[in-house]
Amino acid sequence: MELLSGGEILIRALTDVKVKHLWGYPGGAALHIYDAIFRQDKLDHILMRHEQAAVHAADAYARATGEVGAALVTSGPGATNAITGIATAYMDSIPMVVISAQVPQEKIGEDAFQEIDMIGVSRPTVKHSYMVKRPEDIAETIAKAFYIASTGRPGPVVVDVPKDVTDPNNKVAYKFPEKVKLRSYQPTTRGHSGQIKRAVNLLMSAKRPIIYSGGGVVLGNASEQLRALARRLNYPVTNTLMGLGAFPGTDRQFVGMLGMHGTFEANTAMHHADVILAVGARFDDRVTNATERFCPSAKIIHIDVDPSSIAKTVRADIPIVGPCDVVLGDMLDQIQQADLQIDEPAIADWWQQIDEWRNRHGLYTASRYKPSKGENIMPQDVIKTLYKVTKGEAYVASDVGQHQMFAAQYYLFDKPRQWINSGGLGTMGFGLPAAMGAQMAYPDANVACVTGEGSIQMCIQELAACTQHQLPVKIIILNNQSLGMVKQWQDMQYGSRYSHVLYEDSLPDFVKLAEAYGHVGMKVTDFDLLESSMEECFALKDRVVIMDISVDQDEHVYPMHVAPGSMRDMWLSKTERT
Amino acid sequence: MKRLISVLLENEPGSLSRVVGLFSQRGYNIDSLSVAPTEDTTLSRLTLTTVSDDHTIEQITKQLNKLIDVVKVIDLSEGVHIERELMLLKVKASGAARAEIKRSVDIFRGQIVDVGPTTYVVQIMGESTKLDAFIEALSDAPILEVVRTGVCGLMRGEKSLKV
Repeated sequence: MELLSGGEILIRALTDVKVKHLWGYPGGAALHIYDAIFRQDKLDHILMRHEQAAVHAADAYARATGEVGAALVTSGPGATNAITGIATAYMDSIPMVVISAQVPQEKIGEDAFQEIDMIGVSRPTVKHSYMVKRPEDIAETIAKAFYIASTGRPGPVVVDVPKDVTDPNNKVAYKFPEKVKLRSYQPTTRGHSGQIKRAVNLLMSAKRPIIYSGGGVVLGNASEQLRALARRLNYPVTNTLMGLGAFPGTDRQFVGMLGMHGTFEANTAMHHADVILAVGARFDDRVTNATERFCPSAKIIHIDVDPSSIAKTVRADIPIVGPCDVVLGDMLDQIQQADLQIDEPAIADWWQQIDEWRNRHGLYTASRYKPSKGENIMPQDVIKTLYKVTKGEAYVASDVGQHQMFAAQYYLFDKPRQWINSGGLGTMGFGLPAAMGAQMAYPDANVACVTGEGSIQMCIQELAACTQHQLPVKIIILNNQSLGMVKQWQDMQYGSRYSHVLYEDSLPDFVKLAEAYGHVGMKVTDFDLLESSMEECFALKDRVVIMDISVDQDEHVYPMHVAPGSMRDMWLSKTERT
Repeated sequence: MKRLISVLLENEPGSLSRVVGLFSQRGYNIDSLSVAPTEDTTLSRLTLTTVSDDHTIEQITKQLNKLIDVVKVIDLSEGVHIERELMLLKVKASGAARAEIKRSVDIFRGQIVDVGPTTYVVQIMGESTKLDAFIEALSDAPILEVVRTGVCGLMRGEKSLKV
């Protein structure tokens, strides 16, 4: 039997769970592990410039591919820097394993150099965590960590590895477990057939139905089943911010995103619905507005793999615990086998009503903002141009703020995993490393990082890692010279008292900044040059490009829920509300 | 409403902190907590009491079940069950009060387990309300200290919480 050190075992086990890319940053407690990385060539390590970014990139790699992302950080500050990344993945249920080095076991608890209780600090942000105490346990722990991260409701798992466990002088036999079994963890694999039957009956009797589909459909690879069921029923579909792409953005049955910045037609249809089929969604506060006024006449069917998501904020009439793909598949089978029919006249009326809403205030039918002209570029038009130039096929990673909402509203995602954003935690700084993760997964694809001049500065250091690892992402900065979303709230609720949202000439010259890192910088201030500049940007296939686009500084994101209110209570512009 | 929740937990380092952390993280309260390994030392049995409404209790049991180290969860207060708590209580006992305290201990079927020149240590076991009632009954005697184990409980009858 082969004898390996703990460091070697760790790397071997990662290759045995099919990890191809490990995003990380070295340090004292991780030295043995990094030496093991140096002496092998199967696992590709990507040196980032900050642990937060390493974890975001691993997370985005997972979002783009469906595989488990992997990151490696050192103890102490390496571990604490990783926390924001782990929490981001936790809130969006992303399968990921983060390996943190730890001080030697004999030093634990002594406040040793670069010691932090990583298991304790990370606890509220992980699906599970392990501390490995012997080299003999590493392979099994890695197998368990990947199994837990990727099954059931996915999530990040931390594996904390004290330095003595990876000691190169202590070699033990390597054995990778063939199967992982945990008596305390058995994710549901099927939905309850009786509940599914009840759900189907309710669904078929609906007169004003809507399918509300969330990130769980993307994560659970249930997009195909969702599309098949929706087409068979001819019911309208709305996606959450996390669910965009699960149902095609260009489909006639798609009524747009719902929630705080959802479309008028999606939010209004939700409010008036008599049956809501919620699938892989969690009735988040950014969706529901005030829960006590949420969809007063709706019966709710709620499918989720995580029972704790059901009836957490909004009561479900028919809860179904199970994987979205299996449950949706079973529902469709029942409908087809019994050749069940929808209430055609009622559904035709419902569509007529929805189309009327669409035509009245829809984002895609009537223009909801003043047109761009000359030096006044509207942020929405930047996204529309991006959509046109990339033919709707780019992977779009986003940061957090107004630009994120504009991208969600105006880039019509037709495929799941195309849209990569921090929905739950709302982490500024996510965008650039996330774009890098997606670019690593799909080296030949167009990858755009839609960001603002605020967010981009939160992980800007990764421009260097893009150079080192040839990740030619395109950074589209919607530059409005301020923290736009905070400013919007200050406009709406604080009498336009702009407390600390303005940069006052302190912004860097993004063109020079790009050039300093060896990249291409472009500044766009004229709408007439926007499309041609963007064409030029995406034609530079193997270069990182920063496009610094000056956009209208006063624009708000609309629609916007009036809080506290119901789903249909929205501001439609600065002066117009429902 | 007061609830008694029983949890079968992997006896791993850190598993207790996951349970306790869950309560503070999600804003649930714990009134009492008792935990020890079972006959199978790879498992711990944890009993906790909490005062919550039905919706919160549902979330608590779901969230507990979601913890990887949690093997099983049961809300004992949903069915017929036995619950017990042990209390040790040191009380000032001198003069006429000494005999009065002894009488109260007897009424509550407790024991005096340590006798000092001016103190008793009393041991009382039973449901939490009985322990409360005993403290109430001692109203005049100065209590020096009280320590309670927290509630533990089991379902009555054939059913049991097993792997």
